[in-house]
Amino acid sequence: MARDFCWRDFYFSSSLFSELTGMAQSQGWVKRYLKAFCKGFFVAVPVAVTFLDRVACVARVEGASMQPSLNPGGSQSSDVVLLNHWKVRNFEVQRGDIVSLVTMGHKNRYVKVPRGHIWVEGDHHGHSFDSNSFGPVSLGLLHAHATHILWPPERWQKLESVLPPERILVKSEEE
Amino acid sequence: MLRGVLGKTFRLVGYTIQYGCIAHCAFEYVGGVVMCSGPSMEPTIQNSDIVFAENVSRHFYGIQRGDIVIAKSPSDPKSNICKRVIGLEGDKILTTSPSDFFKSHIYVPTGHVWLEGDNLQNSTDSRYYGPIPYGLIRGRIFFKIWPLSDFGFLRDSPNGHRFSDN
Repeated sequence: MARDFCWRDFYFSSSLFSELTGMAQSQGWVKRYLKAFCKGFFVAVPVAVTFLDRVACVARVEGASMQPSLNPGGSQSSDVVLLNHWKVRNFEVQRGDIVSLVTMGHKNRYVKVPRGHIWVEGDHHGHSFDSNSFGPVSLGLLHAHATHILWPPERWQKLESVLPPERILVKSEEE
Repeated sequence: MLRGVLGKTFRLVGYTIQYGCIAHCAFEYVGGVVMCSGPSMEPTIQNSDIVFAENVSRHFYGIQRGDIVIAKSPSDPKSNICKRVIGLEGDKILTTSPSDFFKSHIYVPTGHVWLEGDNLQNSTDSRYYGPIPYGLIRGRIFFKIWPLSDFGFLRDSPNGHRFSDN
């Protein structure tokens, strides 16, 4: 039952009729407001949070470690990427994918990547803090797959999954 | 007739989505009820015990030595493991038995924790797969609700302390 209240109505009803109706009028107004607030809070907030955690969210790329694919303009313009959680819900990634990881903390020339782990590198060698520093990463830390650049509009594109030719695979599990 | 059924279906789907999202947020940011299986935490937690886990501490880096945590398994990201935190980053962990003559230690690297089950004879833990990243921890178990004979807060480790403070 909708009715437009304005402050005049509220003061008039609460002061003049509250004694007669036992405060029912002003209580009705407050109760309706609380009900609408609770409905909004308990429905909209969980749905939005679940969407951002499980489906997709947006992030700004900082730094030069992924040049030239991301942030080619350096500090002038930061790319904004779509982080796609839905695509990694079963932890399926391919070689060449650009991924984001939950934060954390080789000496050998050749490294065997253990089962359940992935090896990640920034495209810009020498300027990247990646598996070359902290080793292979557990798949459980996989956060999302960055699939698109959304901003600036002239850089609007789908990010291709490509393995750089100079980063050769010595031997893969499938062979 | 059809409009009534369609309307009811949409309402049902809507409620399911709402409650699903509330459940996700509740477990992710507050806590939830968990059933544990396996013998690796005996006698503290037996097979098929039901416990209550809180997921607030991990966001504030409030996990401490001696806490029992649920974490994603490092070898299989779809399954969870339930172990006790023996060491935090920078701790020196004894990897040989205390009775051995030649002792060997390992330092837990930054951003990692060392987990061990209470049932040392029958537990696959950090002694097997090494320290695991802090980011894999999902929650902290602090209360048992089933079986009722064991209702209450969880006991300390029966194995004493196996690390030396630096």
